[in-house]
Amino acid sequence: MSSQIPAAAAPGPGAGKTVLVLGATSAIANAYARQRAAAGARLVLVGRQQARLDAIAADLRARGAGDVATVATDLADMADAEPRFAGMIARLGTPDEVLLAYGVLGEQAAAQDSAEETRRLIDVNFTSAALWLQLAAKALTEPQLMADGRSRTLVVIGSVAGDRGRQSNYVYGAAKAGLDAFAEGLAHRLHGTNVKVVTVKPGFVDTPMTAHLDRSGPLWAKPEAIAGAIDRAVAKGQRIVYAPWFWRPIMTAVRFAPRPLFYKTKL
Amino acid sequence: MTDPFGTATTSWGRVSHARSRVAEPAHLDELAHAFRAGDVHALAHGMGRSYGDVCLNGGGHLLRTARLDRIIAADWSTGVVRAEAGLTVGGLLSVCVPRGWFVPVTPGTKFVTLGGAVANDVHGKNHHGMGTVGCHVRALGLMRGDGETLEIGPGSRPHLFAATVGGLGLTGLIAWVEIQLQPVSSSDFEAQTLRLPDLDGFFRTAEDSHDWPYTVAWVDCLAAGRRLGRGLFNRGRHASGGPLVPHGEKARLKVPRDAPSALLGPLTVRLFNAAYSRQPAGGAAARVPYGKFLYPLDGITDWNKLYGGRGFFQHQSVVPMAAAPRALQKLLELTSAEGQGSFLVVLKLFGPRASPGILSFPREGATFALDLPNRGPGTLRLLDRMAEVVLAAGGRLYPAKDATMTAEQFRAGFPRWREVESYRDPAISSDFWRRVTGDTA
Ligand SMILES: Cc1cc2nc3c(=O)[nH]c(=O)nc-3n(C[C@H](O)[C@H](O)[C@H](O)COP(=O)(O)OP(=O)(O)OC[C@H]3O[C@@H](n4cnc5c(N)ncnc54)[C@H](O)[C@@H]3O)c2cc1C
Ligand SMILES: NC(=O)c1ccc[n+]([C@@H]2O[C@H](COP(=O)([O-])OP(=O)(O)OC[C@H]3O[C@@H](n4cnc5c(N)ncnc54)[C@H](OP(=O)(O)O)[C@@H]3O)[C@@H](O)[C@H]2O)c1
Repeated sequence: MSSQIPAAAAPGPGAGKTVLVLGATSAIANAYARQRAAAGARLVLVGRQQARLDAIAADLRARGAGDVATVATDLADMADAEPRFAGMIARLGTPDEVLLAYGVLGEQAAAQDSAEETRRLIDVNFTSAALWLQLAAKALTEPQLMADGRSRTLVVIGSVAGDRGRQSNYVYGAAKAGLDAFAEGLAHRLHGTNVKVVTVKPGFVDTPMTAHLDRSGPLWAKPEAIAGAIDRAVAKGQRIVYAPWFWRPIMTAVRFAPRPLFYKTKL
Repeated sequence: MTDPFGTATTSWGRVSHARSRVAEPAHLDELAHAFRAGDVHALAHGMGRSYGDVCLNGGGHLLRTARLDRIIAADWSTGVVRAEAGLTVGGLLSVCVPRGWFVPVTPGTKFVTLGGAVANDVHGKNHHGMGTVGCHVRALGLMRGDGETLEIGPGSRPHLFAATVGGLGLTGLIAWVEIQLQPVSSSDFEAQTLRLPDLDGFFRTAEDSHDWPYTVAWVDCLAAGRRLGRGLFNRGRHASGGPLVPHGEKARLKVPRDAPSALLGPLTVRLFNAAYSRQPAGGAAARVPYGKFLYPLDGITDWNKLYGGRGFFQHQSVVPMAAAPRALQKLLELTSAEGQGSFLVVLKLFGPRASPGILSFPREGATFALDLPNRGPGTLRLLDRMAEVVLAAGGRLYPAKDATMTAEQFRAGFPRWREVESYRDPAISSDFWRRVTGDTA
């Protein structure tokens, strides 16, 4: 069966954009890629399992994506990062948007028992991520691109877990906090250019990452809602967004809770 | 945290409950892996929009398909779409409507998966012309417990296909569905509502409405005597020319918790009476978006909680045409005498187009559906008496809606059930199947 796509795509914020998705098999990234595809975007999907990337690519094509390429690679592997990154952006040209979405939640208890697991959580969620962001920033600030006046965006998926170290997940949280600081520095550096840095901090999202938790409470959001929040943040060029929005007041309270009180909680 | 004894799962009626180990694979390779990993019976679970226990598997393994919602291939010039079985009708509509295509058949809610729709071989308001959804399935990917995924269809392993369409998930996991969509030139419907003075009026109007592809009637089941069968007849067709806009994603209302069920009955009846008396005898056709015509209840998230914490049952049956006038009258007399079904009955005539499925529920005749709040033994007695009326008329009950039929009632309605049993994947079972076959597996 062929995949003929008529021009049903409505012109929207994603129209004509090229998007590089790092961690394209993530549920949140998948929801975001669908929104972009519906507007006719071209996408490069990076993940570690070719068969899954192929399935996602076919879906995005059927939904209106202009062109979809896939790159199967382990993003936590930091060897030869520069040529590998060059290979990713060579597929469809320098992207207008880079979405950094991959990550692992891990288990705090396992990390407490094992230096190896602690290192893995930090390498996946922070060290390798920082390295891809650095390379993406370099690619997006090539002199001829800086001069073309076209707006470009680096989107980083952080987490509310990075806002304060907590006994229940401070290894993952610390890695996300590191990513937060890195993105903030990058935003500072790129201030005044046509490259924006957006950090998205989701709360509880119903995805495979959280499948082992009870997801029935009112604080839980669907990946589509997070994707919508990312889209709006990119359109407005917002620096940091909590998704959904109510996590901002919640995390303000968590950040400023006095220690004597905070340490009594099981958070 | 996940309960070590399994996760409690219920279905739409909230009267059937089961604890199972639940997996929610996000990719087809994970589905295969989860299926193989089980040492107990597995069962696929879509959106849980069935009312009873066809989608439950107590003590077993429940494989939820909601995350398997990718389109595998779409040919927008022919309207043939192949998609993972967890894609919902609503999810498909939001992609195909802007391109001028519509699902060939849809139930009264868009929150059902393609896999669930095929496994119950669902019907819609257009059954008299289009038959069931299974009539439009070109191929299925069927994942079997032995690790194989078979491609089956009307012309390839037709017996296994016939056992799988309407096969209640028993013959394997449907990994993907390839379906032929119908072309539309507008996302709107032309809709018309007519007043029905009595049951005869229903049959007459239904016969007169053959050139309307979508028809259904709502009947006040409290009206008795001469007004027995008083109701509203709803008919519609896809409008020609106009916008091609998908439904909005946002629900208008959400039911936050169990409501006292006593409220609902009088309220629906009051609303109905108001609508009935306001309705001119021969209403003019109005143009409405498809969501409003096909899915009036989808705007209210969790409306099933309106029936209160004890949940509710639905009786849906079909009886052959010759026996229909008598049988429907008896059913209405039963419910109006009991005063229990202080709600609306949905009536429709099914057409002659045969379903490919061995266990498919629809057949030519009249179908009758009624929600009944769970008030304990009295409700069960009423359901049983209604079932006996239906069986005596040569009819059957709809497994997708059922939580109470006995093994005898099931076998009487579906005499070919053993053929499906012979195609059942030994790695699969369900609460429903154990109940109606008396099998303890
Ligand atoms: C408001 C409302 C209106 C309705 N109106 C209609 C109507 O007009 N006509 C009609 O026919 N029905 C109607 N129904 C019933 C509904 O369409 C069916 O119960 C449908 O099958 C539910 O789909 P689901 O995805 O929720 O499946 P579930 O209820 O989760 O499962 C249904 C069956 O399908 C099986 N199944 C699910 N996925 C797979 C898979 N991937 N592979 C193999 N087996 C699978 C399950 O094991 C189970 O046996 C209505 C229901 C509601 C709540
Ligand atoms: N879910 C939440 O509640 C939540 C809350 C706050 C923040 N977040 C963040 O949101 C982002 C997306 O997560 P999600 O919720 O969408 O969960 P998800 O569906 O589990 O996605 C995580 C993805 O990361 C990929 N990945 C992990 N390690 C990788 C590696 N070494 N190389 C390439 N890909 C790798 C996984 O790929 P495979 O398919 O190959 O395993 C997986 O697809 C993550 O950064 C997460 O930290 C999530």
